Amino acid sequence: MAKVFERPKSLIDIPMHYCPGCTHGIVHRLVAEAMDELNIREKTIGVAPVGCAVFAYDYFNCDMQEAAHGRAPAVAAGIKRVHPDNVVFTYQGDGDLASIGAAEIVHAANRGEKITTVFINNAIYGMTGGQMAPTTLLDQVTATSPYGRKPETEGYPIRVSEMLATLEGAAYIERVSVHDIKHIVRAKKAIRKAFEYQLEGRGFTLVEVLSTCPTNWGMTPAESLKWLQDNMIPYYPLGVKKEAK
Amino acid sequence: MSKVLMKGNEAIAEAAIQAGCRYFFGYPITPQNEIPAYMAKRLPQAGGTFLQAESEVAAINMVYGAAGAGARVMTSSSSPGISLKQEGISYIAGAELPCLIVNIVRGGPGLGGIQPAQSDYFQSVKGGGHGDYHLVVLAPSTIQEMVDLVQEGFDIADQYRNPVMILGDGMLGQMMEPVEFEERKSRRLPPKDWATTGWKGDRPRAVINSLFINPQVLENHVNKIYRKYQEIKANETMAECCNCEDAEIIVSAYGTTARIVKSAMEMAARKGIKVGLIRPITLWPFPTETFQEWAQRDHVKAFLTVEMSMGQMVEDVTLSIGGKKPSHFYGRTGGMVPNPADILAEIEKVRGGNA
Ligand SMILES: Cc1ncc(C[n+]2csc(CCOP(=O)(O)OP(=O)(O)O)c2C)c(N)n1
Repeated sequence: MAKVFERPKSLIDIPMHYCPGCTHGIVHRLVAEAMDELNIREKTIGVAPVGCAVFAYDYFNCDMQEAAHGRAPAVAAGIKRVHPDNVVFTYQGDGDLASIGAAEIVHAANRGEKITTVFINNAIYGMTGGQMAPTTLLDQVTATSPYGRKPETEGYPIRVSEMLATLEGAAYIERVSVHDIKHIVRAKKAIRKAFEYQLEGRGFTLVEVLSTCPTNWGMTPAESLKWLQDNMIPYYPLGVKKEAK
Repeated sequence: MSKVLMKGNEAIAEAAIQAGCRYFFGYPITPQNEIPAYMAKRLPQAGGTFLQAESEVAAINMVYGAAGAGARVMTSSSSPGISLKQEGISYIAGAELPCLIVNIVRGGPGLGGIQPAQSDYFQSVKGGGHGDYHLVVLAPSTIQEMVDLVQEGFDIADQYRNPVMILGDGMLGQMMEPVEFEERKSRRLPPKDWATTGWKGDRPRAVINSLFINPQVLENHVNKIYRKYQEIKANETMAECCNCEDAEIIVSAYGTTARIVKSAMEMAARKGIKVGLIRPITLWPFPTETFQEWAQRDHVKAFLTVEMSMGQMVEDVTLSIGGKKPSHFYGRTGGMVPNPADILAEIEKVRGGNA
């Protein structure tokens, strides 16, 4: 009998620590499948963030480095400059990438670092217990915006992909979602394409993945997927934001 | 090889390249700017990479990535920039990565000034960043010694998988002296089979990491690092002793200050005052035993520590001599450099008090 569904070789066979319904696990799988398909596992070096995905080094079946909070793009730049023929990726949350690590991601993109960033936008800080992120939507209630995020005092949610797409060094930027099968398939294609762009040495690549955090959103997994679709997608439009020819 | 006249900062950069360093990540700050400028020019010629980072924070994390990838790598900065690097330095120590960090110290606190100082001693030898760790801290007092210690520093870093710091000051960075770049014999170093180079299954999967969420595992990890520190203490501690054999007063100073003390010692000798010098070359590990030995001698009446700070190394001197002899301090700070006459006056004061 032919196996039609199995664990990607780029993913280690151990239980993940993610909460039920969290989409980190799905995205890990997509990254691993893309690595398998491109046959790059043996030359890939991943960089884990500080955030819920901090243990990514236990899950991806390739050499890994664990970076300080927000500094994954700098760490990745250091690795890539030493091993320009390897594939280097960072996997970062929205607090990590868009708040404390805002400078690192902007300058990595601007220098056209030939790395791939998988950016998990779940509109909240997951690991520390549901605080406001730079991507938290207006009026969204979090532990540190208990009355809802107000633009007068907390500013507006940052559209990271659109912002980075303005930079010359960015070669490929796309925002995707994982709230249903159709979109998951699209997300996988985007991640694969980002790796391909890196292999071709075209410049900085990033895939922003709209994701859920049922635990800190205070919803069931099913409600979360619907909330993502109804609230996040209208503010964070899906699609390719930058594609260097 | 013949001697060449070089500025301290440039000599550091050239020494690093000759020691096989091929990666430099830094951010501009006075008074160390000649190091990145030299690297920017020379590293591409040597097949290496110079990258001006967006900040010191980014620079030290690039060092983390490159060191984790197995490269000989360095960064340099001055006091405020070194403060920014501290989180990264702690991660580098925690993940046991070798690298060289140069601090060409300027006056502080805050933005402080741009003139030479030694007020980052505590930060360098007592931790600086969070957690239980040490840097190996090397304190050259001439440009030749700076060259030698840069090369030694890379080897120490690789041998023990620990970050090494060269603690200079604005004076050493800016002045010119003749130096010789000798063919150096590198130490026998262990292979970097732990580095992330892409995993083909021919070794364990490489994971560069400082997170150990289980407290017992973390304690074991820290204990392992501290066993390494015991080895470093036993093997790498360095100090220069000068005229201590019949000294009544032993002055202690490092780096630039030790040079000025030597001038004061000559003036003292002309007056018939017997002054010795202990010059720690490794600030961590601190040459505690050297101080203990001399503190036991009857002819030594007192110790005087001279620093370009409000008194930082003096704490380690006092601790080392353990109350056996009085421990005095004289310092200038903020970028003010003590002059030999003032040091001599201080020596006479200490001697008068102990006569
Ligand atoms: C310098 C520093 N500041 C703060 C923290 C605490 N911290 C850990 S994870 C995190 C937020 C992570 O949120 P995000 O990047 O959105 O990822 P998620 O957990 O949602 O996947 C924070 C603030 C830290 N580890 N280091």
